Amino acid sequence: MTTTAPRGTGAVTPGRGSGGPAPRRATIPARTLRTDRWWLQPLLTVVALLLFIVYATFRAFQNAHYFAEPYISPFYSPCITTACEGDTFPELFTGPTWISPALYILIFPLGIRLTCYYYRKAYYRSFWLSPPACAVAEPHRRYTGETRLPLLGQNIHRYALYAALVINVILFYDAVLAFRDETGEWGHMGLGTLILLVNAVLLFLYSVSCHSCRHIVGGRINSFSRHPLRYKAWTQVSRLNARHMQWAWASLFSVAFADFYVFLLATDTINDLRFF
Amino acid sequence: MSYDATFRVWRGDASGGGLQTYTVAVNEGEVVLDVIHRLQATQAGDLAVRWNCKAGKCGSCSAEVNGRPRLMCMTRMSTFGEAETVTVTPLRTFPVVRDLVTDVSYNYEQAARIPAFAPRPRDKDGNHRMQQIDVERSQEFRKCIECWLCQDTCHVIRDHEENKAVFSGPRFLIRLAELDMHPLDVTDRRNAAQEKFGLGYCNITKCCSEVCPEGIHLTDNGIIPLKERVVDRRYDPLTWLGSKIGRRPKD
Amino acid sequence: MELERHEYDVVVVGAGGAGLRAAIEAQESGARTAVVCKSLLGKAHTVMAEGGIAASMANLYPEDNWRVHFRDTMRGGKMLNHWRMAQLHAQEAPDRVRELEDWGALFDRTPDGLISQRDFGGHRFARLAHVGDRTGLELIRTLQQRTVALGIDVYMECTVTRLLTGPAGGGGAGGEQGITGAFGYWRESGRFVAWQAPSVVLATGGIGKSYKVTSNSWEYTGDGHSLALQAGATLVNMEFVQFHPTGMVWPPSVRGILVTESVRGDGGILKNSAGNRFMFDYIPDFFRKETAETEDEADRWYEDKKNNRRPPELLPRDEVARAINSEVKAGRGTPHGGVFLDIASRRTPEYIRKRLPSMYHQFKELAEVDITAEAMEVGPTCHYVMGGVEVDPDTEAARVPGLFAAGEVAGGMHGSNRLGGNSLSDLLVFGRRAGLAAAEHALRRIGRTELADDALADAARAALAPFEREGGENPYTVQQDLQQTMHDLVGIIRTAPEMEQALERIAALKVRVANLSVEGHRQYNPGWHLALDLPHMLIVSEAIARAALERQESRGGHTRDDFPATDSEWARTNLVCSRTADGGVALTRQPLPQMPAELAEIFEESA
Repeated sequence: MTTTAPRGTGAVTPGRGSGGPAPRRATIPARTLRTDRWWLQPLLTVVALLLFIVYATFRAFQNAHYFAEPYISPFYSPCITTACEGDTFPELFTGPTWISPALYILIFPLGIRLTCYYYRKAYYRSFWLSPPACAVAEPHRRYTGETRLPLLGQNIHRYALYAALVINVILFYDAVLAFRDETGEWGHMGLGTLILLVNAVLLFLYSVSCHSCRHIVGGRINSFSRHPLRYKAWTQVSRLNARHMQWAWASLFSVAFADFYVFLLATDTINDLRFF
Repeated sequence: MSYDATFRVWRGDASGGGLQTYTVAVNEGEVVLDVIHRLQATQAGDLAVRWNCKAGKCGSCSAEVNGRPRLMCMTRMSTFGEAETVTVTPLRTFPVVRDLVTDVSYNYEQAARIPAFAPRPRDKDGNHRMQQIDVERSQEFRKCIECWLCQDTCHVIRDHEENKAVFSGPRFLIRLAELDMHPLDVTDRRNAAQEKFGLGYCNITKCCSEVCPEGIHLTDNGIIPLKERVVDRRYDPLTWLGSKIGRRPKD
Repeated sequence: MELERHEYDVVVVGAGGAGLRAAIEAQESGARTAVVCKSLLGKAHTVMAEGGIAASMANLYPEDNWRVHFRDTMRGGKMLNHWRMAQLHAQEAPDRVRELEDWGALFDRTPDGLISQRDFGGHRFARLAHVGDRTGLELIRTLQQRTVALGIDVYMECTVTRLLTGPAGGGGAGGEQGITGAFGYWRESGRFVAWQAPSVVLATGGIGKSYKVTSNSWEYTGDGHSLALQAGATLVNMEFVQFHPTGMVWPPSVRGILVTESVRGDGGILKNSAGNRFMFDYIPDFFRKETAETEDEADRWYEDKKNNRRPPELLPRDEVARAINSEVKAGRGTPHGGVFLDIASRRTPEYIRKRLPSMYHQFKELAEVDITAEAMEVGPTCHYVMGGVEVDPDTEAARVPGLFAAGEVAGGMHGSNRLGGNSLSDLLVFGRRAGLAAAEHALRRIGRTELADDALADAARAALAPFEREGGENPYTVQQDLQQTMHDLVGIIRTAPEMEQALERIAALKVRVANLSVEGHRQYNPGWHLALDLPHMLIVSEAIARAALERQESRGGHTRDDFPATDSEWARTNLVCSRTADGGVALTRQPLPQMPAELAEIFEESA
């Protein structure tokens, strides 16, 4: 039995006539009747993400100008081959020289951002137009969402988070190393130190504000009152999570900017501003 | 403080119809539903519209105003310019009955499919004891007034009628989340969420959250946590293993 | 005639709290049960209830118990309540609330993890189980989900226009006359449908749509009251209409929309345009012993209820509504003709948003008022009818066998004035009892009576009549005239000449209704639906006006300017309405049921 007893069940469909044509939607030819600039948001997202991708791809493949004592570009950290400039991380192996060391680790930042619940919204909407904006028809004939591969793989987001957290630690380590001067002496700080530090903080906030993190620290339990510490952690992460989108963009910008700053130093375009 | 506004209202039924233009008086402080009622009382006595409380509490007067899914009783006329044409159309995702009234029985069919609430036994003194912090998450979803605006705006069914057979829509995904987070409920609905109610179809583009007149964070607080709980159950080898060997509380 | 037919044991008309609770009980008692409702499931007026469900669970005050609740209810109703209903209500409410939790309801909690309870007007202790200020929504959703889980058939957007009666129980023409079923139409298609059933439970709510300023929705056209009269049942206490003291007054399009009593329960106060807390000037002797005399004492009460008395803002609703009415009439009202309800200066914005989220939202969206920063403008609004179908307190059976009534459509429980929070508990307690009795009644019947073809044909003819007439009047105009009449002449303050005038106008409106015509066709045609609701509204309005004219005293929701005092003779008298052969309303005086001594003792204990 259904709640709407005879409606749409049985031989007659009261309210729609017995055996008539299948119920149909209102005939409204327009794809949307929205009068606002609904296309602006997806357009801005596309432009911003494309700019980043172009820049990041160029820099990742450039295989140069990513280290300027004591700073290493976050695109290249951890730098794990013997070919690496600088000495910020143990050199684990020797790779072909034509492969940029950035490419070995690219999967980690890429992984968390690709499977991130915020970025999924952003690229499904603006790149895939599914949908381009609310109440605006999408152009696809079929839609299966994240029910099958490869998109089913979005469900491993938490593993991308674990990896990203490791990278976060390394970037903090880089920021600590940046409290040295060009000669390797400790107790110094420059604008680059600040930039690396801010970048590490923003990337960390982006990671911990993620929905998977919110779930893991406490969201998965049903009885908060029996786990007061996890409840506290969940409350804090929830607060950060409400701004997950802002952290996503801020950290995207900061990581590009930090890299660019190192690039400018490494190419001797500018000199680092030393505080002490 | 009164002016004449231009309204375009969709009139018709399942066999066809279109936008009809009316000129109608608007007074200070009015909402779209007031104007629709004035049309009904003065120019179009048989204009079909569903409504009840007129205070944003019952969720009956859902329609699309200038293309956006809205409650007509909560859409103030002062949000439009006096010269602006206001277009009111029925919810697009559901079959039209007549004018602004749609057949929303899909939603009631989905509601009937949800495995019912099943509580643990009461305490010895006949009470259930729950802490406020434990009930708050589910309480957010119980604010839902079932206006079906989230169902209407969700592209999974709005743009793909065939998905209605495999996807229950945001309203019922947060109903599942509500039950899964309910401190008293003992049924595990995680597999069902994925297999029977189409959780995987949601690509978290958040239009449901955008249109919710109750401000429920459907995606962030309901659907995504539900997806994560499903991952625990189905896709995460570590949690799966952990729950098998009893290292983690199943809670 | 094209007619869709169904057969059930119990048909419940109305899907608000009482209807759903009745249906759940009937179905669980083994009766095949259907619910018929004018709106979609879950949209009934119960969702508008904000404050809470009154039940003496004593979660916060161990001193509370059913006797205190019973006493508060009877005193709030100025002792005109049916004592047995008030007793059952007070005794059973706690269990009815607890069982909601077994069906998934999530009330706000006390620090001990029990159901939290809040203060409300006329209740001695904090007693209202609540969820923020959306308790009605929680109640209806819980019952709706339970109804769905039990697989009860629900006929949504379907209006009952007639109750069918005949020789019930299959005993042939000689059998006892009683309910045989109901007749109605699908709003969506305009097609007719009939239910054959030995038990019908009316749970159709109230009559507020006969008034111009009301918190009630379009559904509140008094269908159940009218159907009961038509079927031969009686109405009691119809002169008592509750004007809720705090409805919105501005902007005009939202005039009448409810502002919950919880605003006052949570610390809000009423002020006139001079900034005075005027309620201290309106404390009646009847409540003087339990009401604070100074603002200091009133303010202390929120923290310490044992050593202080209640603020006068929390007097029963009739007292507060009259006071506001007097202040406005004396020229001390706000620019838009109300008074100020101020919680902004008394509680923090966080507290207000947490405790009163939907009020915050409602004022923000509809009036552009931030209630955490400014005072609200409020005034009385027609809210509830205490009167209704006269029923047996234990079974909710009306005088017609097989007919039951519960919730607002039933009368007697609230006497001359209902306390806030008692309506939701009323729905649950008597909805359950009605469902149980209706199921028992149906299951006792062995044979079933076929619905008479001529009665069905007659009902169909009556329903289609407005289409037959050409060039008649528009139903919307008639409705507006009726609302204006009731507002002006049978409103919050009444006099004999005005009510006589009202009766004349109602008679004239009846003629106009008989000549209405509607445009368009039967498919989802609101003009037609209104044309069919109008006769209900008229007969109920007539019942109110006649009873109000007859009762020459002031009591509870009935205030006579020409008889301002209560009268000891009237204190023992109920007015009962029945339908005359020509479709009018006849009144009879009936002695009030006598309370047994052990209950009367409760009132002798000190206040």
